[in-house]
Amino acid sequence: MIVIKNLTKIYTAPGQEIRALDNVSLSVERGEIFGIIGLSGAGKSTLVRCINMLEKPTSGQIIVDGQDVTALSSRELRSARQKIGMIFQHFNLLSSRTVFDNVMFPLEIAGVPRREAVRRVQELLELVGLADKAKAYPGQLSGGQKQRVGIARALANGPKVLLSDEATSALDPQTTRSILGLLKDINRRLNLTILLITHDMSVIKEICDRVAVIDNSRIVEVGDVLEVFSNPRTPTSRNFINTVMNRDIPEELLHRSRPVEGNTTARLIRVTFVGESAGEPVISSMVQRYDVKANILYGNIDRIKGKPFGNLTLELLGEPALLEEALNYLRGLNLEIEVLNGD
Amino acid sequence: MIEPNTWFVDKLLLATWETLYMVLISTFFSYLFGLPLGVILVTTSDGHILENRGVNRVLGAVVNATRSIPFIIFLILLIPLTRLIVGTSIGTVASIVPLTLAAIPFVARLVETSLKEIDWGLIEAALSMGASAWQVICKVLIPEAKPSLILGVAITAISLVGYSAMAGIVGGGGLGTLAYYYGYQRYETPVMWATVIVLIILVQGIQMLGDTLAAKVINKRR
Repeated sequence: MIVIKNLTKIYTAPGQEIRALDNVSLSVERGEIFGIIGLSGAGKSTLVRCINMLEKPTSGQIIVDGQDVTALSSRELRSARQKIGMIFQHFNLLSSRTVFDNVMFPLEIAGVPRREAVRRVQELLELVGLADKAKAYPGQLSGGQKQRVGIARALANGPKVLLSDEATSALDPQTTRSILGLLKDINRRLNLTILLITHDMSVIKEICDRVAVIDNSRIVEVGDVLEVFSNPRTPTSRNFINTVMNRDIPEELLHRSRPVEGNTTARLIRVTFVGESAGEPVISSMVQRYDVKANILYGNIDRIKGKPFGNLTLELLGEPALLEEALNYLRGLNLEIEVLNGD
Repeated sequence: MIEPNTWFVDKLLLATWETLYMVLISTFFSYLFGLPLGVILVTTSDGHILENRGVNRVLGAVVNATRSIPFIIFLILLIPLTRLIVGTSIGTVASIVPLTLAAIPFVARLVETSLKEIDWGLIEAALSMGASAWQVICKVLIPEAKPSLILGVAITAISLVGYSAMAGIVGGGGLGTLAYYYGYQRYETPVMWATVIVLIILVQGIQMLGDTLAAKVINKRR
């Protein structure tokens, strides 16, 4: 649905060049929710703005629904933009218009006949649950309601793609969840492709199918959300995951010395469960099979795209040979095992 | 001291009407030309929707140059032009020409200031929906800046009350002429005071009207 090829954006300020995007390539499938995560200044905002040409790329191609948006005349671009909805962090509603007229705005721009437009606006307000606020002004709404108006407005011309520029970053966690729920609902009902950017990993965890991690103007990792969560390959991704799931082991745990009796040693391991295996009693069956003791230090279980996902930090105590066998047993169950204090 | 008599009251009423007339008409015409100029000044600035460095710099320079000429000099410089447009350079109607021309660059700057206050995010949102530059101007910039534009009209009208009094000294009619000929040249101090009081009331009235209208728009949106 969206194909980005070798996109580079350079800002020229007097005396210096700032490379906001460096040879970025991405592809977003029809009907998926694709998240781009990065810290502020990483280039994600520039990237999403290039897709509807609010920012002109320095080089590269952007193809939206088969159309190269970088090669359009200004008239063609205006009509292409009507099919690319966008929502914003600060909502950007017109304070001079009521909720109803704000949603009407893109239909006026597109020249939709009044009667049809009125009907469409009513449907959209119904969809976002704000039919009773039609006559209110944005100044009279809460943040979450404003974003709902923003979403209704973005959907007015029946876009094929919805771009979301930090749409929940100005909202409290509870409102964020309800807005994300609405986006997910729209994605399913209308089979709408959504590309969102965020600095909040919980947004990715909550609704995205795939994620791209952007760091220092480059895409450093792309993949299925579950896959990136369970097996992050870059420090940037790991840091983001740590913000929503605690994976850091306190220093004192890592370095504490166990009194070791005879031939017994201690191992600190982290087991990551994905999908089905999260429901299995693997630890207790390991303890039963091998003569090792397991001391649970930390555990966390969550759901990503409806699949259970979690990790468990354990201290295993036992004879070195037995410990090795026990670990191999766990590896054999297709679990991700990390030894944190190997000898 | 002169006795307050009907002759004097009639003169004062007529002069007040003439001043109002000059101010209203010149405010109208200065916005007719100043508003588009202000819009051009904003939209052709760097990074804006109709970015055009050449147009922006030239227009800015012309506006600044016109604004640097003292109004009294402007009045005299414009006599030939006024004759050409109105047929005479004396009287109320003739004053409207220099008043309007002096106010246009002033209005352009006021409009520019109002429109610059609009959050860029709103413009970006409109562009993202496929709005043309014209649609951004008519549907975003001007409606969003409405309260601020209304206050600008009040400021312009008040400035024009002052300028029109100055025009009165060189035969422009209105309260300025009354104060100058009767109050100053004939030493009829009460006439001078009466015109000053009427001017104060006019200015207060215009400011209050502007404030009320702007507040009404703002309150509706809150």
